[in-house]
Amino acid sequence: MNKARTNPLNTAAMHGALILYTLIALFPVFVILINSFKTRKAIFREPLAMPDADSFSLIGYQTVMKQGDFFLYFQNSMIVTVASLFFVLLFGAMAAFALSEYRFKGNMLMGLYLALGIMIPIRIGTVAILEMMVATGLVNSLWALILVYTAQGLPLAVFILSEFMRQVSDDLKNAGRIDGLSEYTIFFKLVLPLVRPAMATVAVFNMIPIWNDLWFPLILAPSEEVKTLTLGSQVFIGQFVTDWNAVLSALSMAILPVLALYVIFSRQLIRGITSGAVK
Amino acid sequence: MTALTLTNVNKSFGKIHVLKDINIQIEEGEFAVFVGPSGCGKSTLLRVIAGLEDASSGEIQIGEDVVNLTPPSKRGIAMVFQSYALYPHLNVRKNMSLALKQEKQPKDVIEQRVAEASRMLDLEDYLDRYPSELSGGQRQRVAIGRAIVRHPKIFLFDEPLSNLDAALRMNTRIEIAGLHSQLAASMIYVTHDQTEAMTLADKIVVLRDGRVEQVGSPMELYNNPANQFVAGFLGSPAMNFFPAGVVGEGGNLTIGVRPEDLRLADDGALSVTVNHVEKLGGDTNVIAHAGDQRITARLFGQHDIAAGQQLQFGYDSARAYRFDDAGHRVR
Repeated sequence: MNKARTNPLNTAAMHGALILYTLIALFPVFVILINSFKTRKAIFREPLAMPDADSFSLIGYQTVMKQGDFFLYFQNSMIVTVASLFFVLLFGAMAAFALSEYRFKGNMLMGLYLALGIMIPIRIGTVAILEMMVATGLVNSLWALILVYTAQGLPLAVFILSEFMRQVSDDLKNAGRIDGLSEYTIFFKLVLPLVRPAMATVAVFNMIPIWNDLWFPLILAPSEEVKTLTLGSQVFIGQFVTDWNAVLSALSMAILPVLALYVIFSRQLIRGITSGAVK
Repeated sequence: MTALTLTNVNKSFGKIHVLKDINIQIEEGEFAVFVGPSGCGKSTLLRVIAGLEDASSGEIQIGEDVVNLTPPSKRGIAMVFQSYALYPHLNVRKNMSLALKQEKQPKDVIEQRVAEASRMLDLEDYLDRYPSELSGGQRQRVAIGRAIVRHPKIFLFDEPLSNLDAALRMNTRIEIAGLHSQLAASMIYVTHDQTEAMTLADKIVVLRDGRVEQVGSPMELYNNPANQFVAGFLGSPAMNFFPAGVVGEGGNLTIGVRPEDLRLADDGALSVTVNHVEKLGGDTNVIAHAGDQRITARLFGQHDIAAGQQLQFGYDSARAYRFDDAGHRVR
């Protein structure tokens, strides 16, 4: 056993640093949460105080529930995020498999071309995207958002997944070929389960930006029935008056679904089932 | 009947020419071993036979059929990989039966063949386990079982013992030899280990740099190597080579003598200085040098020899091999 690892001082210092970082990272979330349960006056008087009997109020949540179609916004955000992630993972993994598994002319160039998207923000093309969406009649539909987010997520997904797929044993794939499995079965049944941790990483990386995005919903899908949560919350922020109770309550609730998705994916991050397949 | 015929098989990856005009015939029921140093193309050749790589030119014939364009699963072959390559999400039974299911064999045939293979390999108690719950040797047996259930025309082994420890390797080697006589099937076995080649093969194919150097039975190759490479590759410890000048012979030849053909003799032609002695009990290996040439002698029995000692080795001239500059045998 490594001595440095068992030294209690080192362990304490390590955990101290991690705990400190956790506190710093969670502090803003904590402030939002406690203030969402306070009256407007209490929020401004003492922003950092816990809600007590005097200051406790659910007025923010009540406003959010009454105002507009908050559940619809929730649903829209959820559909867009989950569908985009699904397509990013599916197409990203397929492209990565092709790039890592098959030798063909231009393989290298294709890989570079796909990776280029990591460096060029998709928002640069907003005007062109809007024109395309108008031309295809997809404006004000969830599909507009799903397609854009899929395009936005693919470069990183292909990049990460192709690296991982190169590490999957060739023997395993060849064993499948000799046993008569189709390339699709090899991809879905043998390779995908082995790169599951990488898939989870890609999913987590893509999920948060999609969920939080305000830009594309505002431009491509601003109408009431396809509004996402982040766009929907904007009604409480006015030019002169902002309903802080409602904003904080809406934000608190918006955290929950991503938190749930994150928990699902992070379990996959830790779990690996490679053991036993190859030495 | 011939199980496999390769005619002028070539394989290139881009500009790299990996296999050069390979011509090999393997008879039915024969155990053929492809042996050679790493990078000699033996694994690539096996992959070409399996159909995992396409030959750039030439003809591959399994049984009566030319199979150049046949996918791996339809060639009537089964392959055992170095890394076992078991399906991690399937238990032993399903690992073995997957290929038969893909062939759409009836259920009772599948069950009967899995039972047969698991009895042969002592895997009956492990059928419901997953690969991660098995030891290395058991995994290798499952991999072999996966090949047996298919009743292939040819078994292909790609360095199947490399991942096992020494004791297990020997046992598995004996098991494979047993399987070969039991199944009476044609087998092709790739290895870089000359001991495996010598002990298992009916026919050894020695490869170097993508070319076939020599083909023959183990003893044929051992007693009658065609060139210096084959002579040096087979046999352990390896054959000694020294210029003819060292023992006062004329000509620009290289002389090769096997370590076991050297004996202690006061009037021996070869005077050496001992570097190191390995006492194995039954044998004594003497590692010495004559000038710049390293000489290994394998003496039967126990000898009291110490490092630094001067010795004279003699050998029977009829058991020495002579090679020219290009490494070809001079008879």
